[in-house]
Amino acid sequence: MEDPSKSTTSEAHTLSDSVDLDDATRSEMEKAGVIVSSVDWLYNWARSGSVWPLQFGLACCAIEMICSAGSRYDIARFGSEVFRPSPRQADLLIVSGTVTKKMAPQVVRIFNQMPEPKYVIAMGACAISGGPFKQGYNVLKGIDRYIPVDVYIPGCPPRPEAVLHSLMTLQKGIRRQRTLGKGSNNPAYVEGNREYPVPSFSGKDLDPPYNPEVWQPPEKRPNMPEDGCP
Amino acid sequence: MPVSDETPVDLAPVLESFPSLEVEKGTGALITQPALVLEVVQFLRDDPRYRLDYLSNVTGIDYLATVRKEKRVNEEGKTEIVKIDEPPRMDVVYHFYSMSEKRGLVTLKQRITDRDRPVATSLMPLFRSAEFQEREVYDLFGIDFQGHLDLRRLLMWEEFEDFPMRRDYVEPDDYEYEPTPHGEVLEKAKTHAGLGEGGSEE
Repeated sequence: MEDPSKSTTSEAHTLSDSVDLDDATRSEMEKAGVIVSSVDWLYNWARSGSVWPLQFGLACCAIEMICSAGSRYDIARFGSEVFRPSPRQADLLIVSGTVTKKMAPQVVRIFNQMPEPKYVIAMGACAISGGPFKQGYNVLKGIDRYIPVDVYIPGCPPRPEAVLHSLMTLQKGIRRQRTLGKGSNNPAYVEGNREYPVPSFSGKDLDPPYNPEVWQPPEKRPNMPEDGCP
Repeated sequence: MPVSDETPVDLAPVLESFPSLEVEKGTGALITQPALVLEVVQFLRDDPRYRLDYLSNVTGIDYLATVRKEKRVNEEGKTEIVKIDEPPRMDVVYHFYSMSEKRGLVTLKQRITDRDRPVATSLMPLFRSAEFQEREVYDLFGIDFQGHLDLRRLLMWEEFEDFPMRRDYVEPDDYEYEPTPHGEVLEKAKTHAGLGEGGSEE
């Protein structure tokens, strides 16, 4: 999600900033019978309570995602029960499973088709980094090479509790976004509809192998002894 | 159907009808030339002693040129190790069962001697189930199946140039970062200058 330090520090005191209280102060004031709020807060509260995921699964992680929508784990408690069959109606893309290179252009295209504000959860080791297939020739080494990812869920596959936790993390992030006032950090209101180039198939690999606007290979490896064990 | 319930298959009748067939040591697989495979398989399917009506599995094997060592007894009665040059080759492996007679398993291998331009005979005229499996073998090994009606790539995209299951396939260098590299991956990571050579120019 967005860097929390950015949203809590006050760069310039505008009208919308002046009511951007931290939760503790807000709670104290509510006890005293004073309710202070902003349109942003109300807006984000409503938005975060109805994050509709896209009905889209790639591999075994999708089974866990489906499970978290079932009655035992019940993602409906968080307002995300409506898995939309069309990207045009969805807010959240859960990349649940192995993204093969043959599938990667379609995933990027689905992301492009979603309307703003849109969020991406990379679910499981494969969607994050290629997972156990990292040394293979046919699996994308992380969907964050082509589209921006908001929340990563490690696991192989992550349990439904982890899916719920990622949704709660995303909701926290949504509540921190600034939408209407100055200094908005909500891409939907700053950049318009974000669309990323769809990679094409070439003779050896996808072209380009990653989108440099979204992802860059790290400059150098963390300090690592010769045997590779940190 | 557990394997133990199946009747072991006697290969003598098919070897009698096709004297050029060989039986591979160790695996017991029938080895045939691509030119003969349709006749052999038709015999295995239709002959009442076999009735192998189910083609279970098709796959390929790629062998690079190797030197095989074998122990032999020479003329003086001593065992010596003989080096035998094995030329490169490819095999297409078929597994047959009989559903009606509960027989199996018979393994058949098409041996392709020309590894650079591998050509095999498709079993699609006899077993429709060979269609997709032979397409997969074509996709991964690049074996050209003569007589296949729809030989296209199955898993990789059409623009893909290589055949990934071949022994000399070099995969794209597409992971620049590995937090805990070891073994082959560590060697690969060392080739990236500061680990970021894979296109990192800011």
